[in-house]
Amino acid sequence: MHKLPFVDVLAEKQNHARKQDLTSFEYTFQAEITNVYPLTTTEKLYQIQIIDPEERQRFSFQPGQFVMLELPGIGEAPFSISSSPIRHGDIELCIRAVGNMTDFLARVPRGTRVGISGPFGTSFPVEQMQGHDIMLIAGGLGIVPLRAPIFAVLENRNRFGNIDIIYGARNPSELLFTYQYDMWRQFDINLNIIVDTGDADWQGPVGRITTILEQRIAAAPNMGKNTYAIVCGPPVMFKFVCDMLLKAHLPMQQIFVSLERRMHCGRGKCCRCNIGSTYTCLEGPVFDYWSVMNMKEAI
Amino acid sequence: MLFRVFAKDQLINLYDILAVNHIVGPVSKGVDRHGAPLYDFDFIYDFAELQLDYTATIHSLKRFVLPPRETLCTFDLQKDSWQKHVDFNAYKPTVYFGLHACDINALNKLDKVLIGNVYPDPYYAAKRKNMFIIGVGCTPQPFCFCKSMGTDSVLHGFDLFLTDLGDSYFAEIHSARAFAFMSSLECREPRHSEHLRFVEVNQERMNRFTCHVDTTDLTKILDLEFQAEVWQEWGRKCLSCGTCANVCPTCYCYGIEENVDLGLQHATKTKHLYSCNLIDFAEVAGGHNFRPESHDRLKYRYYHKHRGFVEAFEESLCVGCGRCGQSCLANITVPEVIASVRGEGANHA
Repeated sequence: MHKLPFVDVLAEKQNHARKQDLTSFEYTFQAEITNVYPLTTTEKLYQIQIIDPEERQRFSFQPGQFVMLELPGIGEAPFSISSSPIRHGDIELCIRAVGNMTDFLARVPRGTRVGISGPFGTSFPVEQMQGHDIMLIAGGLGIVPLRAPIFAVLENRNRFGNIDIIYGARNPSELLFTYQYDMWRQFDINLNIIVDTGDADWQGPVGRITTILEQRIAAAPNMGKNTYAIVCGPPVMFKFVCDMLLKAHLPMQQIFVSLERRMHCGRGKCCRCNIGSTYTCLEGPVFDYWSVMNMKEAI
Repeated sequence: MLFRVFAKDQLINLYDILAVNHIVGPVSKGVDRHGAPLYDFDFIYDFAELQLDYTATIHSLKRFVLPPRETLCTFDLQKDSWQKHVDFNAYKPTVYFGLHACDINALNKLDKVLIGNVYPDPYYAAKRKNMFIIGVGCTPQPFCFCKSMGTDSVLHGFDLFLTDLGDSYFAEIHSARAFAFMSSLECREPRHSEHLRFVEVNQERMNRFTCHVDTTDLTKILDLEFQAEVWQEWGRKCLSCGTCANVCPTCYCYGIEENVDLGLQHATKTKHLYSCNLIDFAEVAGGHNFRPESHDRLKYRYYHKHRGFVEAFEESLCVGCGRCGQSCLANITVPEVIASVRGEGANHA
């Protein structure tokens, strides 16, 4: 009779060639909602801080990455970080109340303990963009993942050329981060906002985001190779915007999009986020347009 | 690799040596509506239950390594904080007695994505590290196309592999643990005649495969035929029930749900295996479904198995066991789907 020895994967140091402690892959940072700003009727900006000061400092992310936010017992979901990378584990998430977990989140008070795991995914190559013009094009909630690269660019404003933000929303009441528009303009950012339908107080243009983009491209006929574009918005927007950018001679590898999919793990396991057969959580959510063209059913 | 030969009556001794551990193996589960015997993997308590000459099991080994429902962690909820307790749900080593090459290959493929990836899955790793695997040579069934997928033989991922030479077993020993067990049996090094017999037996087995899938350039063909009409046809047949994923030895996708106890003091996070054919697989909050039609989902399944995994790991995620085709309620089989996508007509196998 031979009893097989039990292998404890935690005790076995050589379990994984590079990663010794497998529990670290299931680790959730304990974090606290320090503040909640209602931005519109459905979206709120949550300031979330990792409680342990050391963990907070060690937590670092690149603009474009996301975290899994967990409400123990309620659920876990992925959210793009929309705060500045220099703030480490003191992050801001802009979340629309639209499902089970986000509806619950919309009702929790300040001080609620939540869980954060991550950061996960790829990021916008902000360093590679230095010395170039940048166009950030967002439709609706698409402004949320773009806010991190906007911060990253603002903090090193001298290293970039012209910066355009083109932002479209359905109507003025759905515009997000309105309180920051003046600041962005003061940093010499060309901010263009357009809404599908205006209201009594709306002074700006009315129409599709492509109208503004058309004007912008017409104003700078040879923007081509010197420009990087970041696009995020509803699936239908990507196609039109990216086609226009290609026509304006932007190389495919200088157009970046941030895609959204259902995710249950964020770690390349659950397959829920697959586009074609690419994991959005590992190889995305930030893709260059060449990769998007190569993935079936991406946009 | 070391080789040994032992008489068939020694097999019960091997079983007895290992019987102090949990043993999982193929057992008989009655007969189907045509009177053919059905087999499945289950815990074994008596050597007589072990059916090593089984044809194929209904389910794969997945129930033991990737349980259909698994509690990943529990939370203690306090008024203003929580504590997370992670449990990998692995406490004892288990002997898997009598796996075919396809099932061992399936585990090897799962290892690539669940252990070798950027983020290893500790729940799977803990169970995988506590497996002792004894493989046996199989009898090719009319629906097996493992030869086409390159999974008809296995090179690693097992401790011991037995091939039936008629009156004795030819054992390939692949681990020190297995070698230790073998030294307690009456066995000897194979003679030259047995080498030849071993090669002959395997060659005979090779010749018995009748079902083939042409995988030449399959990754490119799947890309080229992405909009092909045949997908729509298969989509109309598919019931989106997810049975194929249920029996598949390599389907690992899942969903997570969290529940709070009635007392509001504790919460659990549960993983349940899912299927990419179920309608809400890719539906996001707000109601947008990235794969709303059944043909989208069926196509994605083939795309992931035969293209995406190949791109990432240079081998297909399909092992060619044919279980999905056998259990499909709409009689959709992999060889037929792939042949039709290659433009060889829907009914050619």
